[in-house]
Amino acid sequence: MGRYSIGFIAQRLGIFLLTIWIAASVIWLIPRLAPGDPISAMIMRMSSSGGRVENADKIIAGWKERFGLNDPLPVQYVRYMGNLLRFDFGYSLAHFPTPVADIIGLALPWTLGLLLVAVTLAFFIGNFLGAIMVWGRTPGLIRAVIPMFMIFTSIPSILAAIFLIYVFAFLLEWFPLAGSYPLGMKVELSWRFISAVIWHATLPALSVVLVNFGYWTLGMRGMMITVEGEDYIQLARAKGLKPFYVLYRYLVRNAILPQITAFAITLGSLVSGQVLVEYIFGYQGMGNIIFAAITSQDFPVIQGASFMLIVITALAVLIMDLTYPLIDPRISYERN
Amino acid sequence: MSHSTSMTEANAPVLRVRDLRVYYETPKGDVLAVDGVDLDLFEGEALGLVGESGCGKSTAAMGILQLVNPPGRIVGGSVELGGRDLLKLSEEEVRQIRWTRLALIPQGAMNSLNPTMRVASQIEDVIVAHEGAQRKAALRLRILELLRRVGLPERVYDLYPHELSGGMKQRVCIAMAIALNPRVIIADESTSALDVVVQRVVAQTIQRVRHDLGMAMIMIGHDMGLMAQMVDRIAVMYAGKVVEVAPVRALFAAPRHPYAQLLIDSVPTLRERKPLRSSEGITHDPRNPPPGCIFQLRCPHVMDVCRSAAPRLKRVGPGQWAACHLYAEPAAEGGRHE
Amino acid sequence: MGSTLDTSGLATPRAAGLPRRMGRFNRWDTPWLNPKLLAGVALLLVILLSGLLGRFFWDTDLAFSGKAPLNLPPVGFVNTRGQAGTWEHPLGTENSGRDMLALMIVGAPNSFLVGVVAAGVGMTVGVILGFSAGFIGGRVDDVIRLLSDVTVTIPSLMVLIVIQSLMRQVDLTTMALLIAVFAWPTPTRLIRAQVLSMRASGYVHMARLSGASTWAIMFREILPNLTPYIFASFIGNATGAILAAVGLETLGLGPQRVPTLGGTIYFAINAAALLRNMWWWWGLPTLMLALIFIGLLLINLGFDEIANPRLRRSSQ
Repeated sequence: MGRYSIGFIAQRLGIFLLTIWIAASVIWLIPRLAPGDPISAMIMRMSSSGGRVENADKIIAGWKERFGLNDPLPVQYVRYMGNLLRFDFGYSLAHFPTPVADIIGLALPWTLGLLLVAVTLAFFIGNFLGAIMVWGRTPGLIRAVIPMFMIFTSIPSILAAIFLIYVFAFLLEWFPLAGSYPLGMKVELSWRFISAVIWHATLPALSVVLVNFGYWTLGMRGMMITVEGEDYIQLARAKGLKPFYVLYRYLVRNAILPQITAFAITLGSLVSGQVLVEYIFGYQGMGNIIFAAITSQDFPVIQGASFMLIVITALAVLIMDLTYPLIDPRISYERN
Repeated sequence: MSHSTSMTEANAPVLRVRDLRVYYETPKGDVLAVDGVDLDLFEGEALGLVGESGCGKSTAAMGILQLVNPPGRIVGGSVELGGRDLLKLSEEEVRQIRWTRLALIPQGAMNSLNPTMRVASQIEDVIVAHEGAQRKAALRLRILELLRRVGLPERVYDLYPHELSGGMKQRVCIAMAIALNPRVIIADESTSALDVVVQRVVAQTIQRVRHDLGMAMIMIGHDMGLMAQMVDRIAVMYAGKVVEVAPVRALFAAPRHPYAQLLIDSVPTLRERKPLRSSEGITHDPRNPPPGCIFQLRCPHVMDVCRSAAPRLKRVGPGQWAACHLYAEPAAEGGRHE
Repeated sequence: MGSTLDTSGLATPRAAGLPRRMGRFNRWDTPWLNPKLLAGVALLLVILLSGLLGRFFWDTDLAFSGKAPLNLPPVGFVNTRGQAGTWEHPLGTENSGRDMLALMIVGAPNSFLVGVVAAGVGMTVGVILGFSAGFIGGRVDDVIRLLSDVTVTIPSLMVLIVIQSLMRQVDLTTMALLIAVFAWPTPTRLIRAQVLSMRASGYVHMARLSGASTWAIMFREILPNLTPYIFASFIGNATGAILAAVGLETLGLGPQRVPTLGGTIYFAINAAALLRNMWWWWGLPTLMLALIFIGLLLINLGFDEIANPRLRRSSQ
């Protein structure tokens, strides 16, 4: 114990790379399924839907040059992959000549920040509530109230976002309507800025947490009930261990394991949900730029942003996979 | 091993169970899993508790330990350990008594150990829970000594349960049970889930530990042959009641209660061929036992009185008690001590 | 001896481990009458029926733009311009003159359609792949498992956005099929796990010993035992599919010519309905969707409780 085998790490890493590769290839392939070269097609669509593309000729020429669209398909593919490795997603059509990478670079930290906070909160709160729902010493009142909040679980985060905006931002005016920080405020590491950010991020985070915690609560409740029936819990009680210690070291510590596995699996949908929430709130994250790109038919941005999100999700899953054996001793570090 | 017979009235038992009742709630009525069980356990002795599946022996043990979970509940009776009735104590008082004076060696060491804790930690936590924080070095030595006592190699200290074999896990449970030197240990089917060879090793470990430390033990099982080699006295249970208690030799030589006779008869011996007597298991509805003797539906000697009056445990020989109307009430004995 | 055995009402002793397969139920329990399950089914039926039958009572042409006065609130309310709702448009109208009630009537069944189609296709593929993986094993199993791991990790919405932003016209079925592409991994894993555990079980060995062919074993022995899991999983998949569809529609990537609940919300948001306090425009489809999801959740919870009796007791 204490040593990862190369085979294990290689296997997990392999899956990660495979995921990225498949996603990138699919994203590359789709525009090429349309007739004609992709960039002209994009521009034609943009102009047909009313967007004006300045310097269309220059864009097309520059693009063809950079991405070798005149080269045979396999060569294009290889160049594309090479570019991806350097995070070169091309240029934005709506904001030419800004590189897509720049646009994404501005939005990504906001998304990551919100994601980290909201998703971890949802997981911890959800599992905590699930655990106390089962523990005998929880007052009945709390136990009765929790399921009421779980109604939110059924609705998608985007609907919760709409509801929250309407009630708390529009009607009650407790929170701002949009954006990740007040318009025109200087971005700096001051308390004023940070508190403004938190104020702006509260409703978006709440949307994600409210909608997701119920799933964890249900799951944890089920797992706690299952673990409670196990022989080792009975023995723990027979040993006269303190009840709280039994709760966390014997019950929760074992019940949480499948929850963590489930967490890795649901990360994809969590990210998707948050993207939609950002769109509704005009929060300056990936959701916002994706929506703007959809509206302006700025396809390279859509491509690049989606790809980055996929990479981040896959990376998070990889990290969880690699750290899981540290908490579940039954999983060996050996390759399966 | 029949010294205890002469000491029956002289010593107070270290564990004294009277009229223990544990019922299980079901939608159609309570299942009378344990219905008025009386047991005495004396200092340093080993009492076997036998009976077929469903007779309530494990439930009785759980009742003694107060580990009965819903839908089961303790309905009545008393469990006196060193004079104090456990059923009357508060939860915290019971928690303090657990393991320090009354320990359990569970059945199915398959799943009795926390999968996410090392062996050492699991023994350590019970010591610390009852004795408070200690120096790591001393604790480590103590645990290693416990492992040595049960014949486990030192390397087991750092292992996780899934890395141990069934027999090793069972012995870890034994080591854990003796950690705080309790007066009474209940061993619930501790050899049942193991194969024959390992069974022997574990049984010998238990014997040795008992011999070294001198605690009293209740051993629950259904293997009469194995039981005979390990205990001083045997209590036979049927459908929630104790029907006979006797020293081992007396029980095997002359079982008095018809059910005990059935059991002894079914133990194969090398000496004679016994006809295969098929018996049906508990045949009445445990929610609705017949009035009178609990065994009446299967008893080959059933009489009219059996259908109306439930027999009480009566002395039918030195240290031997049976609950059966076949035997006359003994002349003024005073009390119902076993 | 003549002992009359009274076998009526023998208690079936509950095994210490609860049944993992849902093949048999205790005689005195009818778990199918689970309150949550029934409530959920009832809710969905009401919505579905009012959608399907509503078109006989209300002119669904009104769901397509034009003829109605703009921005009317529902009956009993007054909008910011002082206009009151009328019974001609009981649920109000939006800024293209579409009638809200008509939109609900057309939109709700559309959501069901997407859910059913996507989940149906996804599950069929999932069952086939899961069976193959579990039964054939070896390389096939490895490949299927790898693909399902990859597909599950990828946030489906991202790829769907990429695909649908390129397509000029998306119709309901196409969208459902695209969603189905991401719906197959979960059933595959589920079925595969069940097949693996059942393969090793006694009754399959018996079937093999008696010379049954692989197909026969699959269909006659294993599949019937999987049915409860398939049903429960279907609901979960349908929920996920409708969720994905709503996500796409609210971004404006849904079918343009067909009224959908999510699409209505998209138009509402883009016309700043939130700020103009036209709460009925986004509120009614939101409410309708919420009800649909709640119904699906209840059914799911009900199924959970049926499968795991221990949960039942705790909720009482």
